[in-house]
Amino acid sequence: MDAILLQILNGLDKGGAYALIALGLTLVFGTLGVVNFAHGAIFMLGAFCAVSINALLKLEQVVLDPTQTTAWGTPLEIRTPYIESWLGEWGTLLIQYSVPISILFAIPVMLLIGLVMERGLIQFFYKRPHADQILVTFGLAIILQEIIKEIFGANPIPQSAPPLVAGSVSITETIVYPYWRIVYLFFSLTLISGVFAFLRFTTFGMVVRAGMQDRETVGLLGINIERRFTIVFGVATVVAGLAGVMYTPILPPDYHMGMDFLVLSFVVVVVGGMGSLGGAVSAGFLLGILQSFASMNEVNSILPGIDQIIIYLVAVVILLVRPRGLMGRKGVMED
Amino acid sequence: MSEFPHKPTRRTVLKTGVAGVAAGAATVAAPMFFMRNAWAQEFCNMPTGGSVTLGFNVPQTGAYADEGADELRAYQLAVKHLNGEGDGGMINTMKPTMLKGNGVLGKKVEFVTGDTQTKSDAARASAKRMIEKDGAIMITGGSSSGVAIAVQSLCQDTGVIFMAGLTHSNDTTGKDKRRYGFRHFFNAYMSGLALGPVLESAMGKDRRAYHLTADYTWGWTQEESIKNTTEGLGWETVEAVRTPLGAGDFSQYLTPVLNSGADVLILNHYGKDMVNSLTQAVQFGMRDKQVNGKQFEVVVPLYSRLMAQGAGENIKGILGTTNWHWSLQDDGSKAFVKSFGQEYGFPPSQAAQTCYTQTLLYANACETAGTFAPPAVIGALEGFEFDGMGNGQTLYRAADHQCFKKVLVVAGNENPTSQFDLLQVVEEVPREQVTYNPSIFGGELGSADAKAC
Repeated sequence: MDAILLQILNGLDKGGAYALIALGLTLVFGTLGVVNFAHGAIFMLGAFCAVSINALLKLEQVVLDPTQTTAWGTPLEIRTPYIESWLGEWGTLLIQYSVPISILFAIPVMLLIGLVMERGLIQFFYKRPHADQILVTFGLAIILQEIIKEIFGANPIPQSAPPLVAGSVSITETIVYPYWRIVYLFFSLTLISGVFAFLRFTTFGMVVRAGMQDRETVGLLGINIERRFTIVFGVATVVAGLAGVMYTPILPPDYHMGMDFLVLSFVVVVVGGMGSLGGAVSAGFLLGILQSFASMNEVNSILPGIDQIIIYLVAVVILLVRPRGLMGRKGVMED
Repeated sequence: MSEFPHKPTRRTVLKTGVAGVAAGAATVAAPMFFMRNAWAQEFCNMPTGGSVTLGFNVPQTGAYADEGADELRAYQLAVKHLNGEGDGGMINTMKPTMLKGNGVLGKKVEFVTGDTQTKSDAARASAKRMIEKDGAIMITGGSSSGVAIAVQSLCQDTGVIFMAGLTHSNDTTGKDKRRYGFRHFFNAYMSGLALGPVLESAMGKDRRAYHLTADYTWGWTQEESIKNTTEGLGWETVEAVRTPLGAGDFSQYLTPVLNSGADVLILNHYGKDMVNSLTQAVQFGMRDKQVNGKQFEVVVPLYSRLMAQGAGENIKGILGTTNWHWSLQDDGSKAFVKSFGQEYGFPPSQAAQTCYTQTLLYANACETAGTFAPPAVIGALEGFEFDGMGNGQTLYRAADHQCFKKVLVVAGNENPTSQFDLLQVVEEVPREQVTYNPSIFGGELGSADAKAC
């Protein structure tokens, strides 16, 4: 029973990340009709917002100590973060809380990146075939990856959770679970609810939803739907970026982390139904939980290697039975 | 008077001609070992000008690019030292040595580089390109056992010596060993032999171990080697679970450990997998757990300083093994750290040390053989015993081309004094303790015959 509960928690946690990335992918596809293969790279850029803020806060003052030498004969460098020299314990606290602080930084940065990406590149591919969109966005993802690798190197860079939510918590007598993973689960649920509420209860959201249903009629009413869709692209970028920021204490970020999530997130979108926000979120959690259960030793001993193919297997079955996905609209990506 | 006092007759002309043809034929048919340097033009990429080209095949892109960059730094430093530039590094401490700092056999050392991408097919393609297009006489480098085995096999086929970089699988000098391949780095079996007594004294004889293993050649051989050791100590293996390479999130593999009754987690992971699985194991509170009345422990059998940086504080106190560490105080290590540190501003990694050493060992073997001809160079390397390269007295065993030397058992440093001071040497396990019978892994070295490209 404990093992099952733990795998449900793992699945929800992993599903949260899949759902957040898939949500952004679906928003972009539903509004702009673009299949954005750079979305995983956006998740990675978000994570590197946290790395950058941490590095900025840790900028060090270097003082050479001539009384001590390194193993290679140069004077020893004594390194102290500037912020600790200036603010003392408050400086240390700011470094420890760099991940939550990064959220404040990541929102405008990711929004800007999204708008630049859409206006500078993606908009020229709206009327091009999906294959062209996939090629150009995949190329963009590789370029972004290589830029990050050039700046930060290829090794993962560890980020710590704030001390208040570091370590693990006992859920029952026998179940312990990392604090930060629980924080991440609640964060993803909150962000998903926020996006849904934004689309459901604001005028802007209403116009976007109307545009997703019938773009031309909304345009005939004198509404500049393109501008709103550009903002939606920015919102999707922010959602993926924040998912990346918050994931850094779970998975030390490296330049390739986006690609690891991208393929799975696309499967999530297809299983959920292209263009269906609810489908993307449901499929994200569903596939996350299925993947966790498939990794259990009891399951693997009967079906070795099932943990590595379960998501694709489910996708094949669902697409055979229901080609438009779990909650997809009729006609979307069916031709 | 005739112009020719001994006018040749038809008979003498014929005689001379027959004798000449016979002598010529005898020369062609003569055994080559009668003459020094008799392999002229008979082996792949024989240097003909004033320089000799080495091929450095390292991961320049992909997950091990940082390790590859450190390997390349070490190779460049080795070339510098071989050509008589810089402070000479380990050339000054290597014993015995024929190296004089004037290149190799009087030829200036030059190099070309290739990108393995840590993919076997890409590594073979770049090695092939360096051999066929750039004229590399020796190939060296790499950061993965899969790559080492693939390139080693290509080098055997083309008759070019391969001096392996970082490869820890038993198979490299075990079932997949090749006459043209040589490994200075230690292997998983040696890690097990070195770790055993340290694990026994730190954790006792009554333990229950759970393995998470990267699902490829290196992971399998390491799991097998460590299991042999721990089961030999009396430990029980609760479960050994294979994890996909590059899994990222290991939570679904870690949570079953918590309720398995195991009190030791052994992570047969390297690189990014090690960083992620260790970080997440610590997040799941495994290091604070008490199981079976004992403190729960985590072991990482193969450590690397570059990977330790990625795992951050999570490595503190965790035991493992490493081939070499920059804090060693022998003359060879000090000389290398000084040269490398002054050149680049930070200490070398274990990958850098093994690559630097391999280059010097190859050069020294050429000097000893007096030729670049691979059969003679292989002969000079086989059974070569040396010191002053950082791991004490070392033997390049002829039977499997594996180096036998001290192995370091290390632990994550509890109180690091700098960003490089991440590992602490717990014990330098002597060579005798990590030496094993070469027949246990099988395999055939194959022929040393020279081949034309």
